[in-house]
Amino acid sequence: MATRSFAWAEGPAAVLWKDLQAEYRTRYAVNAVVVFAVTTLAVVSFCAQAAAAGPELLSPLLWLILLFSAMSGLSRTFVREEETKTANALRLSADPNTVYLGKLTFNALLLGLLDLIVVPLYIVMMDVRVGNPALFVAILIAGSLGLVSASTLVAAIVAKASVRGALFSVLSFPILIPVLVAAVQGTEAALRGVPWAQVSPTLKVLVMFTVVMVTAGLWLFEHVWYEA
Amino acid sequence: MGIGMVTVELKGLSKAFGSRVLFRDVELKLHSGQCLVVTGRNGSGKTTLLRIIAGLARPSRGQVVITDGAGAMDPSRLRKHLGLVAPDLVLYDELTALENLFFFARIRGIPPDQDRSEALLEYVGLQGRGGELVGTFSSGMKQRLKYAYAIQHSPSVLLLDEPTTNLDDDGVEMARRVITAQRERGVLVLATNNAEETAYGDQVLRLG
Repeated sequence: MATRSFAWAEGPAAVLWKDLQAEYRTRYAVNAVVVFAVTTLAVVSFCAQAAAAGPELLSPLLWLILLFSAMSGLSRTFVREEETKTANALRLSADPNTVYLGKLTFNALLLGLLDLIVVPLYIVMMDVRVGNPALFVAILIAGSLGLVSASTLVAAIVAKASVRGALFSVLSFPILIPVLVAAVQGTEAALRGVPWAQVSPTLKVLVMFTVVMVTAGLWLFEHVWYEA
Repeated sequence: MGIGMVTVELKGLSKAFGSRVLFRDVELKLHSGQCLVVTGRNGSGKTTLLRIIAGLARPSRGQVVITDGAGAMDPSRLRKHLGLVAPDLVLYDELTALENLFFFARIRGIPPDQDRSEALLEYVGLQGRGGELVGTFSSGMKQRLKYAYAIQHSPSVLLLDEPTTNLDDDGVEMARRVITAQRERGVLVLATNNAEETAYGDQVLRLG
């Protein structure tokens, strides 16, 4: 009976595993994201270090690097399915929410990898002092999940368009403003060492944003996925 | 996945792109054991009609109703009972042939079975090639793999768009075996301009 309890997860796990296998063999998204992130980080660190940046500047800079790096890679999971024409085989075989949850998890892992690479480098290169490390990690995870939840749905919308790159950014930015503002404020507070209690409203905004976006994704994805 | 008698009914099906009408008010009914052949010049809407039956495109008007003993199929049930081989349906180049079959089995809710998958590859003439990346396959081998993908779940409705494209003589023979087997299992729809394949049709729909 225990295996039946997780039967709903078998499909998304299959989609995730397929994307991980494909990514491992092609480095299609990882290369784009990591190269962009490290390059941006290097440029930012040269400029900002000279300005002796404080938390009010370090926080938005970190999220700008994460945001633009994510924008360069998170759309690819759907775009590649359309470009290589594999999307039809997927549409014919899998429940739409199976695809959505598998892709969402893949993007979450991709952004998690990006966080693991960029954030330690950022802390070292920018000589950042984190006043409340646990809060910093919590804001980072919640903000990243917010980014992923919104951009995965937008990626599915733009995948069939001819000017995907521009459209992805144009559609994503307005949706991502709440999560970016909250993540920047929360990160700044964590860098200053503000206690948890004062930042919990910001953390709640990030969590609620993710919940709303994932719920909207599960509800809307079927209409986005199939041809109008 | 076989579920006995299946009926595919096209009710007043029309498709237009802007002012260009591909087909209008197509009415027909197919029962298990029957084959519909769709013919017509390039651009007449053969592929579009198959995409509509498969649920990959929407008609401008009318509807496709596929029923079995349990009633009309919703998209979720249709996915378990429908197979498609088409030029615009591509499998994953970066996975091996077996990995492709395992993946599609899992998302179709079928437990991946090494023996069955290898038997399927043998059936389509890809024995011993299961461990190779599909990206290294020739176009004919990819077409054979599409057949394995399409019949993996023993669909009661099988749609074949240009079924012998890229296939050599052995491949054409394999396609014939699939066609014969499908006529015993359910409904078959072929989109082709090949005179030999047109002969399979119990009903022939000419478009354009």
